[in-house]
Amino acid sequence: MKARVFVTLKPGVLDPQGRAIHHALEGLGFDGIEGVRAGKLIELELAEGTSDGDIEAMCRKLLANTVIENFTIERVAPRPGSGQA
Amino acid sequence: MKAAVIVFPGSNCDRDLAVAIREVSGRDPTMVWHGDSELPARLDLIAIPGGFSYGDYLRAGAMAARSRVMRAVVEAAGKGVPVLGVCNGFQVLTEAGLLPGALMRNAGLSFVCRTVGLRVENSQSIFTNSFAAGSDIVLPVAHHDGNYQADAATLERIEGEGRVALRYTGEVNGSANAIAGLLNDSGNVLGMMPHPERALEPAHGNCDGRRLFEGLLEAVA
Repeated sequence: MKARVFVTLKPGVLDPQGRAIHHALEGLGFDGIEGVRAGKLIELELAEGTSDGDIEAMCRKLLANTVIENFTIERVAPRPGSGQA
Repeated sequence: MKAAVIVFPGSNCDRDLAVAIREVSGRDPTMVWHGDSELPARLDLIAIPGGFSYGDYLRAGAMAARSRVMRAVVEAAGKGVPVLGVCNGFQVLTEAGLLPGALMRNAGLSFVCRTVGLRVENSQSIFTNSFAAGSDIVLPVAHHDGNYQADAATLERIEGEGRVALRYTGEVNGSANAIAGLLNDSGNVLGMMPHPERALEPAHGNCDGRRLFEGLLEAVA
């Protein structure tokens, strides 16, 4: 099974990278961008039966720094017939 | 002074730190590899060097903070052994939970490599006792992730407890309250972004870093 962990900066934490991306997009002529926040996507290949609690512990102990970051966990169901998780 | 310098894959200031400790104390520190599970007994100082431990993967200091040796460092810090983290060492200390807050990408996004002015805010600590309170010193910085951030309640607490040891006198990296060096609540752990080991003799430009090690030696030896 596969799970995706999204790590994002907490609201209110200054995101210099997001701000630079914002400026770069505007420099390319894209209008109407009201904000950009950059985060991380971590894909985990896990043994069947890995519990939500296990994945959450991984996030708290390493994948996210909960001082400044939030995380969300998304389990990815295999697509029927695709043969891929 | 019986000291240990922790070495991670990607540390690059470990030998400079060892030289600084030897020059000031007359004794070579023990170099301790990240995979070791024990530290030498009866240490007077554990020093965590600058560099790019584990290539800064995930977050600066994140992997190093979970290495085997850091369990021993956290335990020793809890028993009152002095711990000095410089640059990447400061990042490791926050990631390991020995210091509050986090060090984020510099606000200007650029790697900052220059000599900066600092104010000694707390001259009572074992690390800063050779400086007068409120005195201005200069030390080199070289970092990409030195932007210290913590929530408002934490900032209020550390300021109120006098735990900000060093503050930038000008804009460097966007740090909250211009924090450059931070003590833990019992005062035996200091994390600092500037490099005292790079200001050891006149050829380095100044000797303010040497004074930090001299004060530390006097306090612990």
